[in-house]
Amino acid sequence: MHGIREWFKSGTPWIWLNASAVSISLIVVFGLLYLIMVRGLGYFWPSNVVALDYQDKSGQRQHLVGELWGSEEVSSETLRANGYVVPPDQLFVTRYVLKVGNRDSYGADFQVLIKPGISNQQQPSDIVVVVRREWGNFYGHLLAIKENGNVVTSNADSVWQEYLTRMQRALELHKNARKIEREDIGKINYKLEKLRTKTRGLELKGAFTATEKAAIEAEQERLKQERGTFEAQLTDLYAQIDRDSFTATIQDGRVIEVPFNKVINAYKPNSMSVWQKMWMYAQNVWEFLSDEPREANTEGGVFPAIFGTVFMVLIMAILVTPMGVVAAVYLREYAKQGAMTRIIRIAVNNLAGVPSIVYGVFGLGFFVYILGGNIDRLFFAESLPSPTFGTPGILWSSLTLALLTLPVVIVATEEGLSRIPRSIREGSLALGATKFETLWRTVIPMASPAIMTGLILAVARAAGEVAPLMLVGVVKLAPTLPLDGNAPFVHLDRKFMHLGFHIYDVGFQSPNVEAARPLVYATSLLLVLVILFLNLAAIRLRNHLREKYRALEG
Amino acid sequence: MSQIPTTPAAKTSTLVPQLSLFFRWRMILDKLVRYTVAIGGISIIIAIVGILLFLLAEVFPLLVPATITQQGTYVVPGLVEDRTLHLAIEEQNEVALRVTDAGYLTFFNTLNGEILKQEQIKLPKQTEIVTFANANAKRATFALGLDTGRVLLVRHEYESSYDNNQRHITPSVIYPYGEKPIVVDPQGAPLSKLAMQEGDDGVTLSAATEDQRLILISITKKRSLLSEEVSLERNTVILPYPSAEVTHLIIDKDQKKLFIASSGGNLSIYEIQDKAQPRLLQHLVVTHAGAQLSAVAALTGGNSLLIGTSDGHLSQWSMVRDEANNDQLMKFRDFDPLQKAIVQIVPELNRKGFYAIDEAGELAIYHTTAERTLLHQTSVGDTIKRIAISPRANSLMLLDDKNTLTFWRVHNEHPEVSWSALWNKVWYESYQNPQYQWQSSSANDDFEPKFSLTPLLFGTLKAAFYAILVAVPLSIMAAIFTAQFMSPRLRRSVKPSIEIMAALPTVILGFIAGLWLAPMMEKNLLSIFLLMIMLPLAIVFAAYSWQRLPAWIRFRVPDGWEAALLIPAVLIISWFVFSIGPYLELTFFHGSMSEWLGNPNKGWSINYDQRNALVVGIAMGVAVVPIIFSIAEDALFAVPKHLINGSLALGATPWQTLTRVVILTASPGIFSAVMIGLGRAVGETMIVLMATGNTPVMDFSIFQGMRTLSANIAVEMPEAEVNSTHFRILFLAALVLFAFTFLVNTVAEVIRQRLRRKYSSL
Repeated sequence: MHGIREWFKSGTPWIWLNASAVSISLIVVFGLLYLIMVRGLGYFWPSNVVALDYQDKSGQRQHLVGELWGSEEVSSETLRANGYVVPPDQLFVTRYVLKVGNRDSYGADFQVLIKPGISNQQQPSDIVVVVRREWGNFYGHLLAIKENGNVVTSNADSVWQEYLTRMQRALELHKNARKIEREDIGKINYKLEKLRTKTRGLELKGAFTATEKAAIEAEQERLKQERGTFEAQLTDLYAQIDRDSFTATIQDGRVIEVPFNKVINAYKPNSMSVWQKMWMYAQNVWEFLSDEPREANTEGGVFPAIFGTVFMVLIMAILVTPMGVVAAVYLREYAKQGAMTRIIRIAVNNLAGVPSIVYGVFGLGFFVYILGGNIDRLFFAESLPSPTFGTPGILWSSLTLALLTLPVVIVATEEGLSRIPRSIREGSLALGATKFETLWRTVIPMASPAIMTGLILAVARAAGEVAPLMLVGVVKLAPTLPLDGNAPFVHLDRKFMHLGFHIYDVGFQSPNVEAARPLVYATSLLLVLVILFLNLAAIRLRNHLREKYRALEG
Repeated sequence: MSQIPTTPAAKTSTLVPQLSLFFRWRMILDKLVRYTVAIGGISIIIAIVGILLFLLAEVFPLLVPATITQQGTYVVPGLVEDRTLHLAIEEQNEVALRVTDAGYLTFFNTLNGEILKQEQIKLPKQTEIVTFANANAKRATFALGLDTGRVLLVRHEYESSYDNNQRHITPSVIYPYGEKPIVVDPQGAPLSKLAMQEGDDGVTLSAATEDQRLILISITKKRSLLSEEVSLERNTVILPYPSAEVTHLIIDKDQKKLFIASSGGNLSIYEIQDKAQPRLLQHLVVTHAGAQLSAVAALTGGNSLLIGTSDGHLSQWSMVRDEANNDQLMKFRDFDPLQKAIVQIVPELNRKGFYAIDEAGELAIYHTTAERTLLHQTSVGDTIKRIAISPRANSLMLLDDKNTLTFWRVHNEHPEVSWSALWNKVWYESYQNPQYQWQSSSANDDFEPKFSLTPLLFGTLKAAFYAILVAVPLSIMAAIFTAQFMSPRLRRSVKPSIEIMAALPTVILGFIAGLWLAPMMEKNLLSIFLLMIMLPLAIVFAAYSWQRLPAWIRFRVPDGWEAALLIPAVLIISWFVFSIGPYLELTFFHGSMSEWLGNPNKGWSINYDQRNALVVGIAMGVAVVPIIFSIAEDALFAVPKHLINGSLALGATPWQTLTRVVILTASPGIFSAVMIGLGRAVGETMIVLMATGNTPVMDFSIFQGMRTLSANIAVEMPEAEVNSTHFRILFLAALVLFAFTFLVNTVAEVIRQRLRRKYSSL
C-alpha cells in the first residue's frame, strides 16, 4: 500500500488526468453525435397533443391546446421577479413551452407556461393536427366539412373519414396544378426567355432580318398561346381545389374555417397506435428527404438542398481529380526531386490550412467577376446587363471548392504513389514499356485506391464547407434546380441550395427560429451522416490499400 | 531510359513496318504525356501561387496615391477680361460652367473649351454682382450677392440624352426662387460676404453688408394645400457684427449652424435651428498666433470645417457633443502644410476628401479620415487662382492668373485607406475621442466609413486565444495518454473516433454552439465554472479510490484502460455538478449568475452576452481538438521506443519518463500541432459567425462577443460593391488571414520535418 504522498510523487494522478482528457474528448464527440441524433430523429415523430387549462400571470384562465415542445427548471425567484405567482414552498418550477400553432389566429406559435398554473391536463383523442402550407400547424376539433360553403357533414363519426377523402382529392389536384405550373409553364417561360435573348443576340450582330423576326414572333405567339391554355387549365384546377373547406374549433372555442387548398396533411395523434405513428414517422422522413421547403425554409423538406450539395460536390470531384492527380504525378514522377519540390510540397500542404473563406474571396474576385465577367462579355453578350456567369453560381462554387480541396487530393495521391515499390516500376520499364505506359498501366491503377481516398476526403470536406459558398453561389431559396428538363439540361450558371447553408440560414436568419430548430437538427443529422459515411469509406479504403501493399512488399 | 527501345525499334522496323509505326506512336505519346503532365502540374502549382498574387493585386490599388493627367488647356471661354466668380463641372466631366461678375453663365466643353451655351443673368438695371456663395451640395445652386442688398439664386442642371449610343448633355439654367432678386438687406447696402445653403423646402442665407451688419435670412417654400401655388415665407434676423471684419461665412448642410470667421482667426458659431432665435454656441480662435485665416470650407456632411491659414497650414475642426450635451468645435487634426497662404479649399461631394491650393500654385489632395496626403504637386501651373472639381471627384479644373484653364483627369480611387486608418485610433467626426471602429456602410450619404481592421484582428485573436485555451490542454493531454499509456487495442478505436470530429462540418458545431450551448451556458454558468474546477479534483479522487480498491477488482481492468474507466466517472461528476448548480446559483446569485453579473444592483456590472467568447472558445476548441490531437499524438507516438525503454530500465517511473524524455523529444512536434491548431482557429468562419453576436467591439471580457476577420468577410463581402474601397479592404482582410495562416503553417511544417529527420537519426 502506498501512502497518498508517494502516490502523488509517482506521477500516477497526472497519468489519470491525462486519461481523463481522452475520456472528455470521447464524451464530447459522442455526446455531440448523440445530441444531433436524438433531436434530429425526434423531429419526425408525431407527438401527442395536450389540452389544458392555464391560469396566467394576470390570473386569467384560458384553455390551451398544443404540443409540449420543451421544458426546463427555472428558479422561483427569477419567476417572481418577472411577476409570476409561484407557491412559496417551491424553489424551482418547471416551465413548459407549448406549441399552440394556429399562427394565423394568435400571431405566435408558442406559449410559455409554468407548472403551477396548469390544471386539468388531458389528451383528447379527437384533436386533429393539420399541417398547412402557410401559418404553420393547426390544432383543433373538427366540426364539419363544407363544399362550396354548404355543410356536407357534421356528424362526429363520419366527419374524419370525409375529411380524409376530401383532403386526398385536394392534394391530388394540387399536385397536378403544381406539375403544370412547374413543368409545362416553366418550360414555355424558359423557351420564351431563350427567344428573347436570341433576338437580342441577332440584333447585336446586326443580323436580325425580317424573316428571322417573323419566325421568332410566330414562335413566340405559339408559345404564348400554349401558355394560355395551360393557364386556363390551372385556373380550372385551382377553382376545383377551392371547392372544399372544413370548420373546426380552436382552443379558445372560436370556430375557424380552413380551405382544403391550404392543407398538406392531417392526423389525430392522440388516437394513433404506435405502429401508425411509426408509419407516419417513415412518411415524414421521406417527405423531409424528397420535398421542397415551405414557409421560408422553416418547414417541409430539404430536397433542393440535398440535390444542390450532391450536384455541386459531384462537379467538384470531376474537376479536382484530374487536377490533383496530374499535379501529384508531376511532382512525384516527373519533376526532379530537390529543394524546389520540397518547397512546393510544403506550400501545397500549407494550402490545406488556409482558411476556407479566403478561397471564397478568391473565387468571388477571380472566378465570378473576372472569369465570369469575361465569359459573359464574349459569349452571353445578348443577355447583358443581367449576368449569366458573371454572378455567383454552382460552377464557381465547385471550382472554388476544387481549389480548396486540391491539396487533399495531391497529398493523398502522392502518398499513394510513394508507397508503390520501385521494383514494380523498374519491372515494367525493363519489359520495354515507356514511362507513360508504366504509369498508366501499373502505377496509377495501383495508386487508384489512394486517389480514391483523397477524393473521398476532398468530397467530405467540400460537403461540409459553407463559408466560401456564401460568397460564390449558395442562396437560401433557389427557384430552379441546376439540372432540369430544359436544354441544355445542366445549368452551371444557376445558384443552388446547400445543406450546410440551410442549417445556417434556417437556424440563424429565419424569422421563426424556435419553430424551425428541430428541422435544423434533422438537417444537421443528414449532413453528419453523409460526411461520416464518406469519411468511414475513406478510412476503410486506406486500410484496404495498406493491406494490399503490405502483401506486395512482403 | 527512354533510349532503350530505340535499338529494337530500328531492328524491327525493316521486318514489321506497322510495329515501327506503333513504336514511334508510343514514343510520341510518352513525350506528349510528359509535356502535358509537366505543363499541367506546373500550371496547377502556379495557380496555387496565383491565389496569393491575385489577393495582392486586388489590394494593391489601395496603396496607390492619386495622380492627375492633363486633358486639355485653353483660354478661359466667354469674356476673358471678366472676373471669374465660379467654376463647376457636371457629373460626366463633359461640360463645365463659368460664372463671371458680369453675370454671364458660360457652358463649355471641358476638353477644348468650345462654348456650348452662354446666357446672361437678367439683372435689374445698374446693379452689379459683388459677392458669390455656393452651397457645395448635390443640387448645384449658387447665390449672387448684389450691390443693392439683394441676392439672386441660380441653379444649373444637366440632362443626358442618348442618340445612337452617343451621349448628349444639355445644360440649363433655373431660377429656383424666381428671376427677381430676393431682398436680404432692407437698407439696400452692398453685400460684402455671403453664405447660402439650400434644403428641400427652403434656403438659408447669411450676409455681411459693407456697412458692417450681419443678416440671417431663411426663406421657406410653402405649398398651399389646394392649389399648386408656391408662396415664400421669409424670416430675417440681424446678428451682432463681430469686432473685426467678417472674412468668411458658412452655413452647414442641415442649415443648423452658422460659422462666422472674422480677421484674426476668430470664429463664432451660431445655432440657427430656430431661424428666429439664433443662439451663440461658441467663440474661438482657430489660427495660431501670427497667421490669418485665409480659406474655409465645410467638409461634406457639414460636421467639420476645413481651415486654411495665411502661412499654409491646414486643419480640420469638427463639432463634438461633450458630456454636458453641448456642441463644441474641436480641432481634430492638422494636414501636411503647403508653402504659401491657402487660397481655396474645395471639399469632395461624396467622400471625406478635399483639395487645397496655395498662392504659389501648389495643389494638394487630402483625405481627412485617413489623414492622408494623396497628391502634392508643386507645378500644376503658374499662379492658380481657382479650382473646381467634378461631383464624382474624378476630374479637376484649374484657372491661373493668365486666364488659362486646364482640365485634368484625377485618378483617386481609394483615398479612405491609410496605415493609420486601418490600424490606429482615428478621430471620427462627432466622436468625443479617437477610437478603433469598424463600420463599413450606412444608409446615410454623408456617412464617414470607419475602416479600422484593429477590432476585427482583435476579435480574431480573442476567439483564437480562448479556443486554444480550451483545446490545447485537452488535446495534448489526450495525445499523451493515447500515445504513451493507452492499450493498443483501445488506441486503434479511440484515435479515429477523435479524428472523426475533424470531419464534422463547422456549420454544425456553430449551430449547436449558438442555439444549444449558448442558452444552456447562460442558464448554467455557475455549473460550467464549477465543473472546470471540480473535474480535475474529482478525477484525482476517483483515481485514488480506484487505487485503494481490492486487487481482484483492479486486475479485472488491464493497464491502459484508464480512459475508458473514467468515462462513467466524468459523466457522474458532470451530472452531479449540473444538478447542484441551480441550487448554488439560487443561494449565491439570486437565481441566475449570468443576470447577477450584468446587474450592478445585485452583483457586478459585467455585461453578459449570450453568445460570448466562452461559447466560441468551447465550440472552436472542440473543432480544433482533433487537429492538435492527431498531429501531437503522431509526434509522441513516433518517439523511438528504445529511448523510453532505456529510461524505464534506469528506474524512472512512467511519469518521469514522460516528462523528462518523451515530451522533451516530441516538443517540436507538439509545438507544430499547436501552431496548426492556431491557424485553424484564426481562419474559422462559421463557428464565430453563429456563436458570437458579431459586433466589432474591443473588449477583453470573456462574457462579450466579438467579430472576426473571417466572419466579417462572410457577412459583408456579398454586399460590397465590386472594386470599391470596402471591397478591397475585405480582400486585404483575406490577405491578412492568408498570410498569417500560411506563415504559421509553414513554421509548423518545417519544425515537423526537422523532427522527423531527428527521429530517423536516433
